Amino acid sequence: MTGLLAISNLTVSLPPGADRPFALDDVSIDLRRGEIHCLIGESGSGKSMIANAILGLLPENVRVTAGDIRFEDRSLLSLGEQDMRKIRGARIGMIFQEPMTALNPLRSIGDQIGEMFRTHTDLDSATIRTRVLSLLSDVQIAHPEEIERAYPHELSGGQRQRAMIAMALALEPAILVADEPTTALDVTTQAQILALIRDLQARKGTSVLFITHDFGVVAEIADRVTVLQHGRVVEHGARDQLLNHPSEPYTKELIAAVPSYLPPPSSAADGENILTISHVSKTYRQFGLLRRSRRITQALKDVSASLTKGTTLGIVGESGSGKSTLARCIVRLIDPDRGVIRLGDAELTSMSRRDLRAQSRHIQMVFQDPYGSLNPRRTAGELVTQGLILHGMPGPQARAEAKQMFGVVGLDPQAMDRYPHEFSGGQRQRIGLARALALRPDVLVADEPVSALDVSVQAQILRLLANLRKTFGLSMIFITHDLRVAAQICDRVAVMKDGEIVEHGATAEVFASPEHDYTRLLLRSIPGQRWVPQAAGSYLATAG
Amino acid sequence: MRFFLFAIRRLAASVPTLLIVLAGLFMLLQFAPGDTVDALMAQMGGGDSAMMEQLRKYYGLDATATVQLVRYLTRLVQLDLGFSAIYGKPVIDVILERLPATLLLMASSLSFAFAGGLVLGVLAARRVNQWPDGVISTIGAIFYATPAFWLGLMGIIIFAVNLRVLPAGGLEEIGAGYTGLRRAVDIVWHLALPTATLGLIFLATYLRIMRASMLEVMTLDFVRTARAKGLAKAAVLRRHVLRNALLPMVTLVGLQAGTMLGGSVVVESVFALPGLGRLAYEAVVQRDLNTLLGIVFVSALLVICVNFLVDILYARLDPRIAN
Amino acid sequence: MQTLTRFLGNPVALIGLCLLVLVAAMALSAASLFPNNPLDLAGRPLQWPLSNPRFWLGTDVQGRDIAAVMFYGARVSLLIGVVATLIAMTIGILIGALAGYYGGIADEILMRLTEAFQTLPNFLLLLVLVAVFGSDIKTVTIAIGLVSWPASARLTRAEFLSLRNREFVEACRTIGMRDMQIIFREILPNAMPPVIVYASVVMAVAILLESALAFLNLSDPNVPSWGNLIGGGRAVLRTQWYVSAIPGVAILMTVLAVSLIGQGLNDALNPRLKRR
Repeated sequence: MTGLLAISNLTVSLPPGADRPFALDDVSIDLRRGEIHCLIGESGSGKSMIANAILGLLPENVRVTAGDIRFEDRSLLSLGEQDMRKIRGARIGMIFQEPMTALNPLRSIGDQIGEMFRTHTDLDSATIRTRVLSLLSDVQIAHPEEIERAYPHELSGGQRQRAMIAMALALEPAILVADEPTTALDVTTQAQILALIRDLQARKGTSVLFITHDFGVVAEIADRVTVLQHGRVVEHGARDQLLNHPSEPYTKELIAAVPSYLPPPSSAADGENILTISHVSKTYRQFGLLRRSRRITQALKDVSASLTKGTTLGIVGESGSGKSTLARCIVRLIDPDRGVIRLGDAELTSMSRRDLRAQSRHIQMVFQDPYGSLNPRRTAGELVTQGLILHGMPGPQARAEAKQMFGVVGLDPQAMDRYPHEFSGGQRQRIGLARALALRPDVLVADEPVSALDVSVQAQILRLLANLRKTFGLSMIFITHDLRVAAQICDRVAVMKDGEIVEHGATAEVFASPEHDYTRLLLRSIPGQRWVPQAAGSYLATAG
Repeated sequence: MRFFLFAIRRLAASVPTLLIVLAGLFMLLQFAPGDTVDALMAQMGGGDSAMMEQLRKYYGLDATATVQLVRYLTRLVQLDLGFSAIYGKPVIDVILERLPATLLLMASSLSFAFAGGLVLGVLAARRVNQWPDGVISTIGAIFYATPAFWLGLMGIIIFAVNLRVLPAGGLEEIGAGYTGLRRAVDIVWHLALPTATLGLIFLATYLRIMRASMLEVMTLDFVRTARAKGLAKAAVLRRHVLRNALLPMVTLVGLQAGTMLGGSVVVESVFALPGLGRLAYEAVVQRDLNTLLGIVFVSALLVICVNFLVDILYARLDPRIAN
Repeated sequence: MQTLTRFLGNPVALIGLCLLVLVAAMALSAASLFPNNPLDLAGRPLQWPLSNPRFWLGTDVQGRDIAAVMFYGARVSLLIGVVATLIAMTIGILIGALAGYYGGIADEILMRLTEAFQTLPNFLLLLVLVAVFGSDIKTVTIAIGLVSWPASARLTRAEFLSLRNREFVEACRTIGMRDMQIIFREILPNAMPPVIVYASVVMAVAILLESALAFLNLSDPNVPSWGNLIGGGRAVLRTQWYVSAIPGVAILMTVLAVSLIGQGLNDALNPRLKRR
């Protein structure tokens, strides 16, 4: 079967000293005309390396040592730089993950899209401008004339990605390589971009090689799928076949780790409120010399919520919704301008710094970034004992406590003297959990604790959280942008937009019958919702 | 227009800075052993205490420090920098006489250093870790470590004494009476060595920064995008990397303005140029503290002006700033 | 430590280290090789190097043994360099850390202060300080430290501004750590690498500043200094140019050593950029 692009037995070697010898090992992928082919893998699977190899943009010291890439009956690997340049952009286009950094901040959008024409064609600038404007309307950008003159930092994430797509498709290439183009976008924006890609693909007949880590996206747009692990092809096939009847154990494991977005029926939630948030507001003011340039951002507008003892409250929203600000107000990292936050009987908002420090052992936080949330110069053990020692526990006892916590979170107690960089992302989150739980808090605020993790690791950490909640009798506030995760782990959920809570209630009810338009939009935007994974995990259920 | 407002804003912000500087320096000079009157006395060959009292009263040096400070600041705003007892002229006149030479030296050294540093930095970055980079970086490191005054002296030895192609000092041939173009050429010939001396030292810094900046920018994502669009490596460098890499260089000009002015003190002394730097040295030696303070004020003004221009230029280059 | 191995494997750093060891050796052996006061008259003035076996670097205008002054001068340069750098870095780090961590009014005030210092050309400010407080070697050293702190303050502040919002700092605040402990025991160790690299720049500049002062005869005349030698040799530049030439090479070597070590440190601490 002659496809459009045939990668056969491609092997790409890494320089000596890398964590493995091959970035790609004997990889064969077949891209057919007019199809959307998804390449799915976790971090370290080599999926981005394939994109670079196709375009001949491998980094220095990384080279192809075996195999071939054939495009339109020519071997791409045998082409010289000059011939390769004629193909890049014109015949094979590429879009990247981070639209903010993928565009030159000093040049206007129109200039950068126009560069495609200036590099590959002889058109004059007036014609180029017309083409650019029509491209921008093709990708459904409102006010193309304004955007054409604008600079990247003046656009939103979604607009930037649309501009990137316009740029990549400017010369109507046969293939579009998309390297995780929606990973950095909000879920609603992601839905729009996925629809746009599908639409453009159908109209222009472009073949798309779509690289992702999200099975939901695969379910949403793929025609065929290839699964990668550690640089090797694990399995490939038509989408429905692979998603519903996977044959390889790794594929099955990955699919099982995807949380279903159908929440289990809610258990009765009664009991006292352990945390009450009443009418909290927070406004950021940026002062400029002229009144005109003063920027006012209302991060939180009159937010009220309550957390019942022993349950998990999910706070769901996209970027800019204020969910992180709310989390930080709760632990008093940020001081709200107005409103009251009560923990049990204590009123947190009116406490002095010193009292707050004493109170801190009752409410703790787990952070999002496994790399930034641990001080790289402290050992794992020190990180866990710090809090205990600060609150008066003598050193040796603190160490014993820490050792025990390590076991509880599933880490080897011998690893206490190692530094954070020696642990994986999932292990670092476990250390963060140990640190927070060592103080035996009543409430745990988890700010997107699994968003930066691979899907399989995500599942483990979520299971761990569910168990810990039961063991320690924790009440939890769980911040996330991922509705699937919220569906599985939260008893009640509050949806935030632009600093306000637009809807809240028991998770099952909100998901089944959303009342607010925004909630409906959010739920509609979940990629791949028509597909229900066979062995979907349900963490509330297994935790009993 | 936006840039202008932005730059004006920054300029206005530096006014209080300037005032702090001067108030501080004025108070500092109160600690100086001996004042203008003592210096005058020394020049005149001594005098009795009654005369000193009179002179002090005349110069207003008998009032309290705070009163003197207020008086000083009010005069300053009117650009009245006081009187130089040593030169017998108002300080502002002395400074204005010497200002052109320093400005000429600064402008030519800065242009030379910036242009040279830019070109060599780009060259070194293009061939990073290969021999052109090694050679350029080594020469840069050596010039960076060279004391300016010593380089000047060595320049004099080689070019003025041995090869006799350039003059050993001075701004122009005194008493030759050149005018117009001939005069300009004469000045250029006299400024060649001083410019090279001061310029080479700063070239080393600009070179290093440009090279580092280029290397940094080359790792950024949009460079990858440009290559994925099919641009040749040279085109990527020219149209995407260069402009972004220039930004830290422009900032550096502002930061180095003060250091360059400081460097002019020694270079002007070595080459006997009639500039502000040498005036400062003479003022220290002759304890003419009024003049010294005046020079510091004018230097600070110069630095602020340079930074103002740098801000405007930066805002032109980087559209993210003016917001 | 990985950083140390990377540092020692870097040829640039090794050259710098060797040069510095050489200069330090000169400084340490000065007293034993030249037991007499180097500023005393030692022989006939203006003898060429290698012309008299007693003075293998020749003598200067006042008949001093140039080699002796060179060796003792190494002590002075290194000492001034180190002490002035310590003063400048301590002030700079303190101000930068407080401004960067607390932000707000404290930041405004401290930054205005820093800007005020930076607006003045540092050599001119040095001249003023010397004019006011004198040329004693201690005064000169402190003065050099006082004019050199602004840049390290800016650098430290920038590091603190970026680290202060990192999640591990937020975590320290949630477990109830006090501000001072966070600043000095959590953030500062992470902010140090670029600051330490910058210390080498400060030291290089300090040595150059001192030698410039000495050249202009504004430094301590009772201390043997390379700059002094060069200044003294101006009068005989046309004929006995070696008096000015030789000490300059020493200054160059020392400053080069310090600056290469700084570069090596920078490369060792940022391996990602080095590999290009």
